Amino acid sequence: MAEGARVSVPTTLNVGSLDLLHPERYRGGPETRERAKRLMDAYVALGCRPTWTCAPYQLSARPELGEQIAWAESNAIVFANSVLGARTNRYGDFVDVAAAIVGRVPDTGLHRNEGRRGEIVFRLDGVPERLLADDVLYPVLGYLVGHEAGALVPVLVGLPVETGEDRLKALGAAAASSGSVALFHAVGVTPEASTLEDALHGLPPARTVEVTPALLRRARDSLTTTEDGRLGAVSLGTPHASVAELERIAALLGELPRPRVPVYVSTSRDVLARAPALPGVEVVVDTCTYVTPILGRLDGAVMTDSAKWAYYAPGNLGVEVVFGSLEECLRSAAAGGVRRVPELWADA
Amino acid sequence: MPEVLMLDEPLSFWGGVDPATGRIVDRRHPQCRERVTGRVLVMPSGRGSSSSSTVLAECVRAGTAPAAILLRHADEILALGALVAEELYGRTLPVAVLPDEDYGELRTGDEVDPGCLG
Repeated sequence: MAEGARVSVPTTLNVGSLDLLHPERYRGGPETRERAKRLMDAYVALGCRPTWTCAPYQLSARPELGEQIAWAESNAIVFANSVLGARTNRYGDFVDVAAAIVGRVPDTGLHRNEGRRGEIVFRLDGVPERLLADDVLYPVLGYLVGHEAGALVPVLVGLPVETGEDRLKALGAAAASSGSVALFHAVGVTPEASTLEDALHGLPPARTVEVTPALLRRARDSLTTTEDGRLGAVSLGTPHASVAELERIAALLGELPRPRVPVYVSTSRDVLARAPALPGVEVVVDTCTYVTPILGRLDGAVMTDSAKWAYYAPGNLGVEVVFGSLEECLRSAAAGGVRRVPELWADA
Repeated sequence: MPEVLMLDEPLSFWGGVDPATGRIVDRRHPQCRERVTGRVLVMPSGRGSSSSSTVLAECVRAGTAPAAILLRHADEILALGALVAEELYGRTLPVAVLPDEDYGELRTGDEVDPGCLG
């Protein structure tokens, strides 16, 4: 930086440790706050756009099919490769900004056709229709896929053709948490998988997994760390909520009594500017509730609809977590204790 | 010589290791609560967060890092964390990929000389 380095390609920024629009939300010490601010300022001084989001694919300008990019942030990497069909390896901290400055990366791995071949097949024939039509399936399925696939490229067979970006986001983020999945294909859904044979590049898979209701229930249950029904808070928006997700949250909040425990929703400042009002909710931007001290003192577990949050928050924050659907999370917030919607998993 | 800590599953350093203590804090990991510090960490692959490179480098700075990391599949994010730590702190943390047959022979408690990996 002292020598005037600048990024040479368009560069967006992942979350920092501070919500710069709502600085009062930060509950950490002044020294850490100061250092976090310095780090955020340094990235901007390099010429990066202050997008502060883990979901840069929700910004208006985003990479196209086949475009070569260098992204960090495990959920953004898997979304870019899988859903957009752009090409990035898993770039970690440090090399991401180095790539932005020099504008080059090695031509290896997922940048090349042969690195993008599907290797492990997941068949969804055994998954009930009703579950396939509900948001709650996708983080759970992603968690299962990541755990089974590890570092292999998964191919999902049987996802509905109309599966939308928010569901693919939840699936990918979970798979990139429980495994090191950087690319998945979903036959008939994602751009490099018009057929199973295309996704596998005509070669046999290393393994095929039949996804059963029992496997899904086990994955779902392992996302929850406590059976104690006490609830301290609800955390939504990991990865950062989209406009459509915020609209759904607003609609559900409108049908329910005012929350009795704090409800946090993380999103980007860009999405927030386009979002409906969310009365009774603490909206967090530029950061996320599991990377920095934002949650207050908790008298009970934190409930979330995000497998990624459920996966990392116990280690990062020392909290107990309860995983549930968005509706379960908001009903629980209104009741002040964990509430389930039993019909959700009734067929499974 | 440092002893092997054989992990049954991959580990994400970000969200999975506390750099202040070197302990595994991923509650769902089979070896949760074990300390990685000074041990030869053996696992199938990397996992999870792309910020694991930072956490690994921070472990090196804090003196809580493993003595070496041995993998079955290459992981760029862990290798990167070790390279950056060497540049910043002048301390080497070997990261190596083992052939299947060597990987299969290692057991927790075995003594390994990381010098031969450097």
